[in-house]
Amino acid sequence: MFDFDSFREIISTIKKNKLRTFLTGLAVTWGIFMLIVLLGFANGFRNATMTNFSDRANNTISVNPGWTSMPYHGTPSNKEIKLDYRDYDLIRSKITNVEYLSPQISKSGTIAYEKQFGSWRMTGVSPDFASIMNVKIQEGSGRFINEIDMKDMRKVIVINSDMKKVLFKDENPIGKYVISNKIVYQVIGVYDRKNQFNNDLPAYVPFSTAQLIFKQGGNFDRISFTVKGVNTEEASETFEKTLRKKIAAIHRFDPEDMSAIYVRNTAKDSAQTAKILNIINLFILIIGAASLVAGIVGVGNIMLITVKERTREIGIRKAIGASSGSILRLIITEAIFITTAAGYVGIVLGTAITGAIGFLIEANATGDGPSMLKDPTVDLFTVVIATLALILCGVGAGLIPALKATRVSPIEAMRAE
Amino acid sequence: MIKIRNLNKTYNNGSPLHVLKGINMDVEDGEFLSIMGASGSGKSTLLNILGILDTYDTGEYYLDNLLINKLSENKAAEIRNRKIGFIFQSFNLISFKNALENVALPLYYQGVSRKKRNILAMEYLDKMGIASHAEHLPNELSGGQKQRVAIARALIARPQIILADEPTGALDSKTSGEVMQLLRQINTDDKITMLIVTHEQAVSEATDRIIHIKDGLIGSITINESPTIAL
Repeated sequence: MFDFDSFREIISTIKKNKLRTFLTGLAVTWGIFMLIVLLGFANGFRNATMTNFSDRANNTISVNPGWTSMPYHGTPSNKEIKLDYRDYDLIRSKITNVEYLSPQISKSGTIAYEKQFGSWRMTGVSPDFASIMNVKIQEGSGRFINEIDMKDMRKVIVINSDMKKVLFKDENPIGKYVISNKIVYQVIGVYDRKNQFNNDLPAYVPFSTAQLIFKQGGNFDRISFTVKGVNTEEASETFEKTLRKKIAAIHRFDPEDMSAIYVRNTAKDSAQTAKILNIINLFILIIGAASLVAGIVGVGNIMLITVKERTREIGIRKAIGASSGSILRLIITEAIFITTAAGYVGIVLGTAITGAIGFLIEANATGDGPSMLKDPTVDLFTVVIATLALILCGVGAGLIPALKATRVSPIEAMRAE
Repeated sequence: MIKIRNLNKTYNNGSPLHVLKGINMDVEDGEFLSIMGASGSGKSTLLNILGILDTYDTGEYYLDNLLINKLSENKAAEIRNRKIGFIFQSFNLISFKNALENVALPLYYQGVSRKKRNILAMEYLDKMGIASHAEHLPNELSGGQKQRVAIARALIARPQIILADEPTGALDSKTSGEVMQLLRQINTDDKITMLIVTHEQAVSEATDRIIHIKDGLIGSITINESPTIAL
């Protein structure tokens, strides 16, 4: 169907109308360019959000204490619930598939090193916490809290990169001592706060040490743990219900009382986030496709004008023996040629721009805080689909004008001056 | 070559217009004849039917012993391409193709390779005496040169008959004479049947037989014993 000769025929007709062909193609280029860039940004946004969420293992469940809002078995409402070792034991031994588990207690205060100081939160955690919250300590930046720290109630502290900047400037903080509330802690590690969604990141101390120093009488501010196999929204709901029931039995409150304890489940969160991201993606796809369609309608429109202008030529071709099929092919291939060539330019430009933006983001990454975009590029599959869609669109754009061209009557066409 | 029996054609644009009212005519192989008539006599319609560019309502039309009736568009295109050469009053060259490409176009639709058809086209342009203008676009050529290109295009597919519609209509008398001479020469040398439709007395007098058509009917047929090109 497509040989070099017909290609030559098309080139010769395109050459006749360079500017018009260029402008027509520009609409398609722009359409596909916007589609690629929009999809690239959508991907970038998705990647960034997913990375920001990766500060927690994506099946983390945290339990926070609250106040009851319903009377239960003679207990009036408005009773404060306090989490303690009973809850910890429950989760550790009565709930299956728990992988990592850490109780937490927090206190805010001043942390000082020599003449520098700042006000931060200190949180007592167990070694498991690093796995639960994805706390990353880079090589050469020390270590996280371990079992010996816990057992010996060592006064050691893991600070974050922000604190290091304020307190130590360019000094190496490992092994140095900081003071908080008249107690001296040795710095054992600096964790990276990059990709951590939370802006108020604490310094970590061993849980046993915190219990001793913060004097909270055996109550926990929070219990965090990860569970295997709770990934879907439905599974999360069921799991949460069972957990509530069990904790309610310990503290004697109504399992339906949602304010007695707060259960936060990242599996549910990330499922919901994924849903939102999908909606955003779909929305962007629709906008992009719409702008592409506008370009394609433009091509169709111009082809229609072209056919009208070339009525005489088509008539002559038919008179000297061109079949309807060859006229149809001539017009459709021209439309395909314009859309694909122009679209290809759009694809290349779009990929180049998104690639460049991705590169700039990577190069300028400061390391503080989360970024809005990460790797904003489209995958090869999308590009292949877009190319195929372009060819299809070319056929669509050329079809009506081409059919019109085949209906040209040679006599009338040649009579028209 | 051509056998037409009781050919009728009516146009139905608003009110029906009976253009051809029973035409009977025969054209022998290698004839050089003309169809004459005033405008509105039906001669153009007849030419279009002869060229399979238009259909007829009743009657019979045989071209080279083949009944031409209700052919598919593609079949008609193929017959036009292989058997019939057209020459038009307004030349009908494709404006953005040069002389050579215009001449070669019928062969493109026959599927002849580019190289081969360009060689052939050059040959025919040379025969018409305008090989030096092969690379020129139609608007860079004079009327006579354009008609020569058109004649070369009509000849390149080696048709059995050439249908010429007022071939000299847009030319001055000197060029007209040259074109008529050329057509006569082709008729003699290549034995190609030549049918010229015209309203000019002088043109028709250059042919061997003149068919007069009037109000959709053949009026009279004149045998021209001594054809003269007096243009």
